[in-house]
Amino acid sequence: MSQDVIASGKAKANANDDAGSFERSKRRLAWLLLLPTLAVVAVVALYPLAQTIYQSFTNARLASTQPTEFVGLENYQYLLKDSGFGKSIITTLVFTLITVGFEFVLGLAIALVINSNFKGRGVIRAAMLVPWAIPTVIAAQMWKWMYNDVYGVINDFFVDKTGLLNEPVAWIAKASTSLASVAAVDIWKTTPFVALLLLAGLQVIPSDIYEAAKVDGASRLQQFWSLTLPLLKPAILVTLIFRTLDALRVFDVFFVFFGARPDTQTMAIYAQQNIVNFSDLGYGATISVAIFLIIAIFVVIYVTAFKVEEA
Amino acid sequence: MKQRFRNLMVVLLLLLPLIVACGGDEATETPANTGQANPTEAPAATEPPAATEPPADNGGAATETPAEDNGGATTGTITKDNPPPVPNAADAKQYSGATITYYGDSVGLGAELDQILAKQFTKDTGIQVEIIPKPQDATENYATYQRFFQAQSADIDVMMLDVIWPGAFAQHLLDLTPKLGEAAKQHAPGIVENNTIDGKLVAMPWFGDYGMLYYRTDLLEKYGYSKAPETWDELEEMAKKIQDGEKAANPNFVGFVWQGAAYEGLTCDALEWQASSGGGKIISNDGTITVNSPETAKAFNRAAGWVGTISPEGVTSYKEEDARNVFQSGNAAFMRNWPYAFALGNEPDDSGNAPVIAGKFDVAPLPHEPGQESVGTVGGWQLAVSKYSQNPDAAVEFVRYMTSPEVETYRGVVGGYVPTVLSVLENPEVIAAQPYLSKPEVANVVRAARPSAAAGENYNQISTIYFQGVNQILLGAKAEDVLPQMESQIQRLLR
Repeated sequence: MSQDVIASGKAKANANDDAGSFERSKRRLAWLLLLPTLAVVAVVALYPLAQTIYQSFTNARLASTQPTEFVGLENYQYLLKDSGFGKSIITTLVFTLITVGFEFVLGLAIALVINSNFKGRGVIRAAMLVPWAIPTVIAAQMWKWMYNDVYGVINDFFVDKTGLLNEPVAWIAKASTSLASVAAVDIWKTTPFVALLLLAGLQVIPSDIYEAAKVDGASRLQQFWSLTLPLLKPAILVTLIFRTLDALRVFDVFFVFFGARPDTQTMAIYAQQNIVNFSDLGYGATISVAIFLIIAIFVVIYVTAFKVEEA
Repeated sequence: MKQRFRNLMVVLLLLLPLIVACGGDEATETPANTGQANPTEAPAATEPPAATEPPADNGGAATETPAEDNGGATTGTITKDNPPPVPNAADAKQYSGATITYYGDSVGLGAELDQILAKQFTKDTGIQVEIIPKPQDATENYATYQRFFQAQSADIDVMMLDVIWPGAFAQHLLDLTPKLGEAAKQHAPGIVENNTIDGKLVAMPWFGDYGMLYYRTDLLEKYGYSKAPETWDELEEMAKKIQDGEKAANPNFVGFVWQGAAYEGLTCDALEWQASSGGGKIISNDGTITVNSPETAKAFNRAAGWVGTISPEGVTSYKEEDARNVFQSGNAAFMRNWPYAFALGNEPDDSGNAPVIAGKFDVAPLPHEPGQESVGTVGGWQLAVSKYSQNPDAAVEFVRYMTSPEVETYRGVVGGYVPTVLSVLENPEVIAAQPYLSKPEVANVVRAARPSAAAGENYNQISTIYFQGVNQILLGAKAEDVLPQMESQIQRLLR
């Protein structure tokens, strides 16, 4: 009986071999064609990543008296106790949540508007991109002046022009408004980008299905919920991934606004401070690895969410 | 459709490390933007105290004076085009023909004076000086030197060093004691001490800076005060009274402006509050950390109380120039700042309009707690020689010339740079250019050095812990909660 089982197994394997040899050579060719791309990815992405991971286990410093040594998990143990980094994670997550949320809602609204037919649509589409086109550091400096409590135009508007506020607010300096003020800049700057991505998604949707929906008597709102949103889902997902990853790595606006202020450090600022200002390459690398893992978690969440949707 | 988006996801996943790696690069390659980490560079590099036309300048007559008229004279004849000859020329000539590289001032008057003085030095000694402007931003500057030292490079011989850097760079710098130890005795002892690491003089003092209290003489008089405040209580009382009185006519008016942003400048301000309250100087000479004390807590809580009362709420994001803008436009009664703001407060702008405060302000030592002394944090720049230099002897001679009393006098008069040589501080021509130097209570105020010597290569980190902690207190945290944390964090780095 066992003989039989083995024999039939062999036969099956042989059959597989015959059908699989073509399959195999095809696969080999595929890998061959992928090779240049993989090599580039390895050089520009995997090597630096590996280097960073290696460095995170050392006490490397620039121009130091101490020789660079392997310190095992010491950096990671300190990272777990480091309240500064913990705070920076929370700041970054809150920032990400606020900005991605607002940018998505506003971006979608704008995309829907400029997707419809009206006069001067081309001009509006171009004008809309102006905030996105301004380099972030310059935009941030501009906003910093606008927020100023003494000569800023925002306080001028709220206090002198409209009287909505009784006295000027130090928007950036005040702990309660600082995160909101920096989020507003990011929303102002990036909403056009979100709108553009969603607009591209909207334009792929064929118009005839709307006509069919109209014939069936679906209202505008029903059309939006049952047609536009589901068909836009892939574009939405890509947009959200882009924006979330970008927001998690945010550096420039915070840097211009707050410098090394402790209560508003993002993860990237915290890493930069350790690497550049403290020349503590080892611990800086540890922080970078932690940031990598955190971002990876988000990507996995998004991708699985997408798979569940599909299945 | 399904397939296409699955592929897209795979591409995104592959891109992930790339995105993250880019993030890392962004972080490591933007030292250029990490600006203004150091307060002392503002006056030195970007705002040369522009006393190019000292009051002694009689309608341009001085600039016309030919060189032979002043042969060694000390009054009324120092002009920019007339740098002092090299006193040690005879000795230095033995290195004639050598070429040294000097990382000097990057912009403005400082760079111009470097050129003029180097030319004179080459003429008198035959030593060629190649001047390279150092990075203007202090943090980038620090990183540049760090790379040179990491590579043990001979491409740099003489360099400008911020007052807080000797400790961090000591191991890469030439011990100047054998050759310049005698000359160093002419300089302010506090700065020499700052530049002496493990018994080695690693840098020569070049020009100084210290914190001062600027006050509006006209407003003090208007509200019945005859002199500047001596204690913090007096300052608070005066600032409040003047602010309350002026606010009616000028809603933007505030009592007191200073530097409260989380950066190196706050370390300077906070050190003054702490030291003038009997709280010590962050790290004492025997290595004890003197941060967590009732005196310091009181001083910091007091400063936090100014925010939103006698100081604007935005002061927690102010740097030197923010404070100066408010004070110079006549919107503040008091300001804490460096000497560079003095000349600017009196100097007409390009269209010839003098600032509204011109002639209506003066400087005094910063206030203190009763029974304590006034304190000014030391800033300023030094000249040092790299240990990896191929021509150390020629380089030392250049430093000897640049830090000589003659050159400091020249720079003090034509550039408004605060001399570090004690005798030059009393030179009438220098005083004419920088009148506050003649006030003994200002000129001789206790100078507090930031603990860069004790902190060594960890200074940036310790200073960051300090100014971040203080900034948190200014933003509303209780000093009693923050100080123990600061102490233990600094403790960890000193082990």
